[in-house]
Amino acid sequence: MIRVVLPPHLRGLAHIAGEVQIDIQGAVTQRSVVDALEASYPMLRGTIRDHVTQQRRPFLRFFACEEDLSHESPDTPLPDEVVSGKEPLLIVGAIAGG
Amino acid sequence: MSGVRVLVGTRKGAFILTSDGKRERWDVSGPHFAGWEVYHLKGSPADPNRLFASQCSGWFGQIIQRSDDGGKTWTQPGTPPGEQTTPQGAPKAESNKFVYDTSSETGKPLTTHQFFDGKQHPWEFKRVWHLEPSLSDPDTVYAGVEDAALFRSKDGGKSWQELSGLRGHGTGPKWQPGAGGMCLHTILLDPSNPKRMFVAISAAGAFRSDDAGETWRPINRGLKSQYIPDPEAEVGHCVHHIAMHRSRPGVLFMQKHWDVMRTENAGDLWQEVSGNLPTDFGFVVDVHAYEPETVYVVPIKSDGEHFPPEGKLRVYRSRSGGNEWEALTKGLPQRDCYVNVLRDAMAVDSLDKCGIYFGTTGGQVYCSPDAGNNWAPIVRDLPAVLSVEVQTLP
Repeated sequence: MIRVVLPPHLRGLAHIAGEVQIDIQGAVTQRSVVDALEASYPMLRGTIRDHVTQQRRPFLRFFACEEDLSHESPDTPLPDEVVSGKEPLLIVGAIAGG
Repeated sequence: MSGVRVLVGTRKGAFILTSDGKRERWDVSGPHFAGWEVYHLKGSPADPNRLFASQCSGWFGQIIQRSDDGGKTWTQPGTPPGEQTTPQGAPKAESNKFVYDTSSETGKPLTTHQFFDGKQHPWEFKRVWHLEPSLSDPDTVYAGVEDAALFRSKDGGKSWQELSGLRGHGTGPKWQPGAGGMCLHTILLDPSNPKRMFVAISAAGAFRSDDAGETWRPINRGLKSQYIPDPEAEVGHCVHHIAMHRSRPGVLFMQKHWDVMRTENAGDLWQEVSGNLPTDFGFVVDVHAYEPETVYVVPIKSDGEHFPPEGKLRVYRSRSGGNEWEALTKGLPQRDCYVNVLRDAMAVDSLDKCGIYFGTTGGQVYCSPDAGNNWAPIVRDLPAVLSVEVQTLP
């Protein structure tokens, strides 16, 4: 079971109170996690990555195990602690705007 | 007694203000979609309890919301049949997919427009500025977006298709962003001719379709914009807003970047009617519900100083279709007022005594229940107001 923490705006949009727990079949990567997240919560499509390019939206970042994974390939396996459920994947709204 | 429902979009959510026909005591609900920018909300003329809202964020992109009970509850349209809920019990929905049409079958693929540096730049979807529900079908709604294009949904906001004839008609490479972005912000539907519609784009100008949005042509003759290389160019004008009176849909009023304009012939030729305004820069323009020659604007000092001249918030009214304007000040701050009134932030109701409404970047929403003679704030401390619409309820 993969644990995902969403920013408050997206939790509100998807009516999620706390962490999301999702099952992933196969490799656990940024792409497979977001794919599974969007399958369960279609209202999140387009909010984390662009509809067309599938690129991460500029002001969102991916963190796990105190590491910024935002610039990793979306197909790079996530850390073992995320795969085991020990640590969550954090999807974070960047502090921007002054 | 009949009443009104005022739909207010702000930088940090939506608010719904309701009152009876006297328009003295108000109920305020909101913020809906707290923390999100709500560029625009509008109700369907065919089903007044059906409202559409554009919810967006620089972080999270574009969401379309719909209410079928007058704004009490909201959902994203598009819950698949048989799949009613997410694991937490919320309706599943996806309604935010705005993808430009690049197919050779349905339009001329167009991939670039002029950018600030004078070079060509690809079209990139950013947000929905304006939602215009069909006059007759509650499931049909139009969306004006940034980067400028027109989309239509025929399924209540679930899915959106671009009316690509607008971008594809030929002048697109000459469009360029205004200071607020390259946005399609005004959509007017002709109540007497279902095939005729108008849109306005900053900074491209006004356009008309006579075949229900399939094909378009620029209607900017008569506009003069000193800030562009050819002041009388076919496109490139920074049109801020256009208004129509339903009884005379061929007569349009325009607040351009500078200049208040009027056309008698559906945009074939515009004439300036700024007349005695203290400044003809501004954003809003609207028309009285029953008097098609009574027009309202809110003059703003200049493009560099987006606040009222002399710190006095004044609505100007012309009862002659322009040129001769009178200041309306009673109940509005006449000192130390430095707010702006953005392009979609004025509306009129259609009660017997026409009510006029506008919202400010300072968070005030003002109402005049007597066509502008007297004003009072409905609310004073909302987030910056982006849009104001009003529904007249039976």
